Parts: sequence; structure tokens; C-alpha cells
Amino acid sequence: MKHTLSILVNNHPGVMSHVSGLFTRRGYNIDSIAVGVTDDLEVSSMTIVLNGDETIVGQVKNQLLKLPDVLKVQDMAYASSVQRELVLISIKISEVNRSEALNVCNGFGANILEMTEDSLLLEFSGNTRQVGNMISLMKHFGIREISRTGQIAIAYRNQESG
Amino acid sequence: MVELLEEAGVEIVFGYPGGAILPFYDELYHSTKIKHILVRHEQGAIHMAEGYARSTGKLGVCIATSGPGATNLITGLTDAKLDSIPILAITGQVATSDIGTDAFQEADIFGITIPITKYNALIKNADDLSRHFEEAMKIAMGGRPGPVLLDFPKDVQTQKTTVRKATSLKIAKHHYERQTVKGDPQEFAEALNNAKRPLLYVGGGAINSFASAEIRALAEKANAPVTTTLMGLGAFPGTHPLSVGMLGMHGTAYANKAVLECDYILNLGARFDDRVARKHDFAPDAIRAHIDIDASEFNKRVNVSYILNGDLKDAVREILPFIKTTDRSGWIQRINDLKKNHPLDFDSTKEEIKPQDFMKRVYDRTKGKAVVSTDVGQHQMWAAQYFLFDEPNTWLTSGGLGTMGYGLPAAIGAKFGNPDKTVICVTGDGSFQMCIQELATIAQSKLGVKILLFNNNFLGMVRQWQELFYENRFSESQWTYNPNFVKLAESYDIPAMKVSKKDEIDKGIDFFLKDDGAALLEVMIPAEEKVFPMIPAGKSQKDLIEFKDLAKLKK
Repeated sequence: MKHTLSILVNNHPGVMSHVSGLFTRRGYNIDSIAVGVTDDLEVSSMTIVLNGDETIVGQVKNQLLKLPDVLKVQDMAYASSVQRELVLISIKISEVNRSEALNVCNGFGANILEMTEDSLLLEFSGNTRQVGNMISLMKHFGIREISRTGQIAIAYRNQESG
Repeated sequence: MVELLEEAGVEIVFGYPGGAILPFYDELYHSTKIKHILVRHEQGAIHMAEGYARSTGKLGVCIATSGPGATNLITGLTDAKLDSIPILAITGQVATSDIGTDAFQEADIFGITIPITKYNALIKNADDLSRHFEEAMKIAMGGRPGPVLLDFPKDVQTQKTTVRKATSLKIAKHHYERQTVKGDPQEFAEALNNAKRPLLYVGGGAINSFASAEIRALAEKANAPVTTTLMGLGAFPGTHPLSVGMLGMHGTAYANKAVLECDYILNLGARFDDRVARKHDFAPDAIRAHIDIDASEFNKRVNVSYILNGDLKDAVREILPFIKTTDRSGWIQRINDLKKNHPLDFDSTKEEIKPQDFMKRVYDRTKGKAVVSTDVGQHQMWAAQYFLFDEPNTWLTSGGLGTMGYGLPAAIGAKFGNPDKTVICVTGDGSFQMCIQELATIAQSKLGVKILLFNNNFLGMVRQWQELFYENRFSESQWTYNPNFVKLAESYDIPAMKVSKKDEIDKGIDFFLKDDGAALLEVMIPAEEKVFPMIPAGKSQKDLIEFKDLAKLKK
């Protein structure tokens, strides 16, 4: 089962090594990892998606909490949090299928960042499944280049309705 | 840095100078409070710091220069991580302007030591020194202890700073402040009260938490027999009537049989290590309970039903009032029968010296009052089996990592920390040669370390496995050359003697223990001698082989 862990860490150069080293050393598999600084410049937020049962995820949490630079670990339940990934895709197009491509982009809420005679650069964000869908749709046109972030997440303030 | 060490109460450091740590050493030159022990190899320095820490319960400090000096600490850091020994390693580093340029004697020791330290830091600015120092000290000693490393670039060593004390730390408080015990002590105690055949299983955490008195009170109040792990020896008196000795791969048959027969097992600061427990079928008929300071140890290898998370001493104090004194004479009688019917055993009919017999005699002669360090292999197990430890911090062995070469420097460190105690290094002809250069440190400091060297001209434990599991193919386990150990010791001005026959044993022990000075006693033992009982790797307590089963096994 997939789990999303949201981790607050001290923002300094060795932290990524400490966290990723822990995953390698203990044999945990990471699906994705995304890092960025928070409103406090001394603190970064790290979102890790990993595969594993409750026992493994419990172990991961406990091991992470042992790292001195880790300040907080939160296991994000799917229903009570919002998850997003961002993808940038450059696809091949021609005069024949340009309008079809634009339709798909509009229909899914992707932003067009650049359009040339034979290419279209688009930006799309959504949850893992939506991003995956978008990518398979674009394969139909032919993908020139793709860049995808890891997942980030935040818990809903109102946990009751989740 | 020197001032910070002095203020922290550090009295002794073990180290080896070199280019990138020279400014620090220049400051150390003026210190009157810190004694520096000059070693012969950085691995020796860190094992000495470990021996000092383990035998005194204080922090052990070691110093090395950059590059090779620092990388020579790696084995010791890993050892201290696995055995939870508080160590501060300070390493020199090339100047900050040279970092990343593959400068002379540059190694990324920060990166290298990430998985083998509890905390490490590269001090990039002298203003950060006091904060990193305080964080390192707190993390080394706080919670589950372990090694920390401060990497100290040469230019930062000479920078001036006005920051004498860290204003705030960047680490969360739970890393160093004593936490309240999490869990329900009453419910936890009830499970023990309801047990008919309880067994306490005590690990190294009991020593780090200074919990011996509490554990003894618990065992006596509950009438529960106690087994200890290799790391836990001494945490509960080995001579106590409730003691069943060590469990695990080479533990006593009665301890391992008690594991199979108990209906409740309480793990006190141990970690269901693979030399003790084959995952989830450990103590199959028992309700399992676990107290540990490290929450990541719960349900890691073996699932448990009851958990208390916190300092062991605090946790045992919390459950004690809820413990009922129950008559368990039937279970105690069963344990005593197991002890009688399945004793530690060996063939004593031959004229050769038996290491088991020898260990017993050294134990008797020292009245068990010695601090004992070991290396790794057969001699380690014989020492663990036949030397009964009644006091914590008197048994120094590399349990988790199994580091050959640990014994001699650990004994040196222990002797510096316990100058009035008899300190014996029990070693073998293989291990001894891995840190043998530290004989010079003994001689230089005129240190009364006793070295008991069992020589079978083999890597005995490797040979034992090859005999039992690899059909006598003794691939590269025999030493076709060994030095003359007596002459070697004598060349370091250490009095030495060799004994080969049974009737020389008493004379040998007389010589060995005659005064407070250093001595080496080489004991020639048969290569065929094996350690029993034994649970083959990957097997469970059910598959235990006793000495008396050997004949059967051979067929």
C-alpha cells in the first residue's frame, strides 16, 4: 500500500543524505521524494511516497524520528489530505492534430506554456492518478521530453469531513 | 574545542595527530585537565574510547586527523553504533577552501559516517562550533547512546569566535531530554502477574540505563528467572539463583530451553537480535513484552503484545508497584532441573588444556572481580559462558558488529578508566593480531593490562563451522605461521609466559595474576575444541546442539 509521509527537517545540506541514506540502508523503497523550504527558511518540508504495509511504515516513521535533523513526521491518510504532483510535458504535434491536442489540454485543465509549429509544452498538476492519465493521453501524440516532480501533500484543516 | 571538552568534564582522550588536526593538538598541548593517550593506530583509539565508555558509563572521546586518520575510525564508529556506546570522534579536515577539491588527505568523512553515527557535522564556521559540540554531546549520551562525529576543518580550528555557548540547538528535545515512559505500566505488569512461567530477557540497554538494581528487584519480586544476552552480561548477577545465564546461539542450554518453555517473556533493553531470535517463532508459546528506549526496536524482528517505550530504569520502576509476588516454585524447580540436566559441558578427560576449564579457573582465581574484554570468536563465547559477571560495566565485548581487534584496545581504555581494577583481555591468536600494535600503548603508559591469549593456530570459530557445516574443508582458517607471542610481548617489555599442558595451568595463572603489572599468558589449546551449546545459524532454540549431542551429530 502507498503511504505519503510529510516530514519537517532542518534546512541544511546534509539532511537529504541522511534521509535518503536511511532508506537505502534499511531497504525501504521510495516511490518519490519532493523537498522545498517552508515559510521558515531554517526548515524544509519533505514529502516521501513509499510502498509498504503498516509495520514497514511504522518502522520508517520511528527510524526517521531518530535522525536529529528530523523535526516532525506525519503520515498523510489519502482521504484526509490533498496530494499533488506537477508535470511538464513537451509533445510532438502537427497541423493535423493541433486542435485535438489543445482540446485535450483544455478539457483536463493543463496550461499551455509554449506552442511551436511542431511542438506543444504543457503544464499539468493533479494527483498521481491524474498525472499518470495525462501522460498516457499525451503518449498518443508522442512525447519529446517530460519532467515530473514527486508528490507533495498537505492535510485538510477539517479532519471531520475527511 | 579543547575548552569545550574541558568544560564538559572530559578527562581523557585517545588519539593520533596529523596535518589537518595540528592546530587542535597545539591547543591540547597546553591543557592540564585533559590527558591524551597516544595510540599506534586510530582504530585502537576508538576501541579504547569504547572500552573506557563501556567500563565507566561515561562518554569516550577519540581524535584523528583527516583522510586516512578519519577513515581508520570507521570500524569503531560502526561498532559503537551497533552496541549503543557513547563516543565522540573529532576528526581534522582539510581547510574549507580545499574541501571538494580532492586535496591531500581529504576524505568526505561527513558523508561516509552518515549511516554509522547518531549525529555528525562538518563545522564550517567557528561560530557554529559550540552549537555542534553541544548537540553532539547531548545526542551521544541521550536516549539510546551512540557515536557522534565532529569534522573540524583546519582553518576553522584557528578561527576566532566570541560564541562560547550555543544560544539554541537545532535538534528536537526528544533526542536528548529524558522522556516520560509511554505505555500503561499497570496493564504491562498484569501480563507478567498472570504468567505461570515468566522469563526476563535482559540486554545491553540495562547497562546503558544503569537499571541493574531495578531488574534485580523485579526478578526477585516476581520470582522470574533471568537470562541475559551477550551485551547484557553483568546487568543481572550471573551467580544469582534466578540467573539462567546467556541465551542465544552459544547461550546455555537451560536458558534456551527456558525460552521454549516459558509462557511469558519480557525483553528488557534487548533487540531480538538474530543470534538470539529467529524472527517470529521466538518463544513460540509465550506472550511477549518489550521495554525499550528506542521505539524503532518494537516489532522490528519479533512481534510483541505489550510495549513500554522509555528509559529502562524508569520503566521498571513504574511497573514494580503493580507486580504481585507469586509463588512460582514449580517453574523455578523446572529451571533448576534444566540446569542440572543440561549443564555447560566439555571433555575434561584429556591431557590437553581445555579453554573452558581454563576460563573457569581464571574466574575462580579472580573471584569474578575483574573487568573482562574480549575479541571475537570461540574465546569470546567461552569467556561469556564460564566467567559469571555479577556487576554491570565489567564485560566489554563487540556484540553487534563482532569486531576482531576490539579486545586489546578496549581493555586499555577500560584500564585507564578503572586503574584499580584487574582488567583482562581474553583473546585468540587471530583477533589479537588485528590490533596488536597497541601493545606499545600498554608499554608506553606502563599499564597493567592482562592478556589471556588462547592459541590454537586457527581461526577457531571459522574452523568450527567448517568442521560442522563444510565437511572439514578448512579453507584458509589455519595459520601456517604465527609469531612467537611470548617473545613479541617481551619485546614490548610485557612479561609473558606460555602454557601447553594441564599441569602447567596453575603456574601460568600464578604468573599471570601475580602483580598489578601487564602480563601476557599464551595458552595452547587443541584446534578441534568447539563451542557448545550451539544453535546453527538461521535455526531456532528447538535445534540447539549440546556437547553431548556431538557424537550423534557426527554420525
